[in-house]
Amino acid sequence: MQTGLGVFYFLCVLLNLGFSYHFNQRRDSKQTLIWFAVAMVFAVHSLAYLFHLGWIIPHWVRELVDNAMNPVSYFVLAVVALWALLRYRKFLTEPVVAWTILNISLLFSGWAMTDPNFQQIITKEDNVPIVMLIGSVGFFTWLALRRAVLNDDRLARGEPPLEKLDDEKVLVWPDLVYTELIAMVVVTFGLVIWAVVLKAPLEQPASSAKAPNPSKAPWYFLGLQEMLVYFDPWMAGVVLPSMIIVGLVALPYIDFNQKGNGYYTFTQRTVAVSTFLLGFVVLWVTLIVLGTFLRGPNWNFFGPFEPWNVHKNVPLNNINLSDYFWLSMLGYSVDGMGWFMRELPGILLVVGYMLLLPPLLAKTILRPFFIRMGFIRFFLLVTLIQFMAALPIKMVLRWTINLKYIVYIPEAFFNI
Amino acid sequence: MAIGDFIRNSQVWKSIFRHPAPRDRRNRVVVMLTNVFLHLHPVSVRKSGIALSYTWCMGGITFFLFLVETVTGVLLMFYYRPTLEHAYNDILSLRDVTTLGVLRELHRWGAHAMVITIWLHMYRVFLTGSYKPPREFNWGVGVILLVLTLLLSFTGYLLPWDQLAIWAITVGSNMARATPLLGYEGPGSKFLQIGGVELITSGSDARFLLLGGRIVGETTLLRFYVLHCVALPLAVALLIAVHFWRVRKDGGISGPL
Repeated sequence: MQTGLGVFYFLCVLLNLGFSYHFNQRRDSKQTLIWFAVAMVFAVHSLAYLFHLGWIIPHWVRELVDNAMNPVSYFVLAVVALWALLRYRKFLTEPVVAWTILNISLLFSGWAMTDPNFQQIITKEDNVPIVMLIGSVGFFTWLALRRAVLNDDRLARGEPPLEKLDDEKVLVWPDLVYTELIAMVVVTFGLVIWAVVLKAPLEQPASSAKAPNPSKAPWYFLGLQEMLVYFDPWMAGVVLPSMIIVGLVALPYIDFNQKGNGYYTFTQRTVAVSTFLLGFVVLWVTLIVLGTFLRGPNWNFFGPFEPWNVHKNVPLNNINLSDYFWLSMLGYSVDGMGWFMRELPGILLVVGYMLLLPPLLAKTILRPFFIRMGFIRFFLLVTLIQFMAALPIKMVLRWTINLKYIVYIPEAFFNI
Repeated sequence: MAIGDFIRNSQVWKSIFRHPAPRDRRNRVVVMLTNVFLHLHPVSVRKSGIALSYTWCMGGITFFLFLVETVTGVLLMFYYRPTLEHAYNDILSLRDVTTLGVLRELHRWGAHAMVITIWLHMYRVFLTGSYKPPREFNWGVGVILLVLTLLLSFTGYLLPWDQLAIWAITVGSNMARATPLLGYEGPGSKFLQIGGVELITSGSDARFLLLGGRIVGETTLLRFYVLHCVALPLAVALLIAVHFWRVRKDGGISGPL
C-alpha cells in the first residue's frame, strides 16, 4: 500500500514537472517555478511513502469530513458546485486553475487512501470503474466547458467557433484510420493491464437465504437505488427510469433552439446545457458515487472514513402528509378515515403539480416558450422536467419536514 | 524490401487488395471504397470533425469494446454452463485453473468500461448539440443502444452465480414487481381481474416474466444467459448497423453548419 502511494505521488510529480516544463518552454518563469515547487511537494510525499514512513491522514481531518457529510450536505454541495462551475466557468476552466483543482484532489485522494475504511471501499474490484468514471467525467466536463468558453468569446466577437477553423477536408486514410488504430491499441493495452492487475470479484456461491447487508444493484444502477430512499419502487425503479429514456429520446424534438449545432457552447444553450449537466453530473453520476461509496449496511449513510457498522442506528421519524394535514393542522385523527378523504390533500397536491402547473406556466412566466414551442412540445418538456424535479423536491421535503409520503394508499400500492 | 515487393506483387496479395498500397491520393481514396470494413467511413472528412478534443473518440471506443466483449464472450462460452450445478464452479475454475482465465477479467472490465464510454459518448454528443437536426433520429437509436448496453451488463452480472451476482439481480429485478398495472405490487394491478380472479399475481407479473420464477433461480440463470449471449447482442448489432448507416446518411461526423 505504502509503495503504491509512493508510485502514485511519483506520477503526480511527473505530471507537475511536465506542466512546469510547458511553461518553461513559453518563457514564463513565475509559473515554471510555482509548478516546480508543487512537484517538489508531491516528491516529498512520494519519498515518504516509498521509504514507508507511514504517514497517515490526521484523525481530526477524518472526523471533520465524516461529521460534515450526510446525504443533505453531499447533495447540496454537488448542486452548489455545479452552479459555481457554470457561473464562474471562465475562471474555473482556465488551465492553471483547473490544474490547481486537479492537484488538490490528487493530493487529498492520496491522503484519504491511508485510511483503512476508505481504502477498503475504493479498492473493491467492482468499484474501480467508478473512480475512472469520476476522473473521466471531471476531465471531459472541464474540456467541454473550456472549449465552450473559448467559443463563446469568439462568437461574442462575431468570429466563427473553433470547430469552423479547420474546415478543409482530409482523407480518412490515413488521418482517421490511423487515429482509430492507435485508439484500439491504447484501449487494448489498458484493458489487458487492468485485467492482469485486478482480479474479477467472485464471492461465496449464491444463496437465496443469506442476503448480504447492504445488497446493492450493479454500480451503474446505484443512482436509481439511491432514489428508493425517497420514492417507492414503482416510481424510483419503473416510472422515473422510463421517463429518463423517454426524455432522452424526445430531447431532439423538444429542443427547438437551432443554435449550438456541432460545436461547444454554453451561452447559446444555457438552459439545455445546465439542465443536462444537472441531470447527468449531479442526479446520475454523483448519486452513483453516493450509493457506492457512502451507503453501507441498511442503506445508512456513512462518511468516507467511517467504519460500516451494521448496528448504526438512524432514527426514522418520517411522517405522511395526511398526518401533517389532518392531525397536526386540524386536530383530527386519521384512524378510520376512508383512504380517499385521508389522502385528498396529497392527491390534490399531486394533481395540481402534474396537471395545473403546466398550463399555469404556459400562461405566465413561460408564455414566450409556449408560443415558440407549440402545445405538444411545451407540455412534453414541462412534464419531463416535472418528473426530473420530483426527485429534488421530495429530497428537500424529506430533509426539511421529514415528509414520508405525499400520497399514501398502501391498499393499492400507490405511494408517492 | 525485396520480400515486401514480392508479397505485394504476388497473385494472392493482389487478389485481396485490388489496388496498390494507399500511398498516393488516388489509392487512399480507392482503399476506402474497396474494403468492406473501411467503407463504413466516408472517403474524406472535415479536419475539425475528427480532432480528439472535439470527438473524444468515445463512440468508436464503445464499438471497439463491443467487439472485445463479443470475442471474449464467445470464448468464455466454451468454459461456462448456465446451470445451478456448474455455473459457479465453472467461474471458479476460470479463476484458478483455466489457462485463459484472464478472459473473464477482460470481459468484465471491458463491460464496465463500455458503460462508461457510452455515457461519455452521449455526453459529448449532447454538449456539441449533435443531436439537433438532421440527427434527431440517430440520437434516439443511440438511446436505445444505451439501454441495451445496460441490459447486457445487467444480464451478464448474474452469470457468475455468486452472492454478488444473485443479490444485485434480486435488488434490480424487485423493481419489476412494482411496475404499474403489470407488477403484482404495482399500483393498479388489483384492477386487472376477471370475475374476481386477479390476473396479476406473483406468478404472472412482469417480474415473473423476467425471472421465469418467483425468485432468482435456475430459470432466471437460463433466461439471462440466453438474453446475454444471443438476444441482446443481436439486437445491439442490428442497431449499431442502423446507427452507423445513419451517421453517414445524416451528414457524417457533426460540425458547425
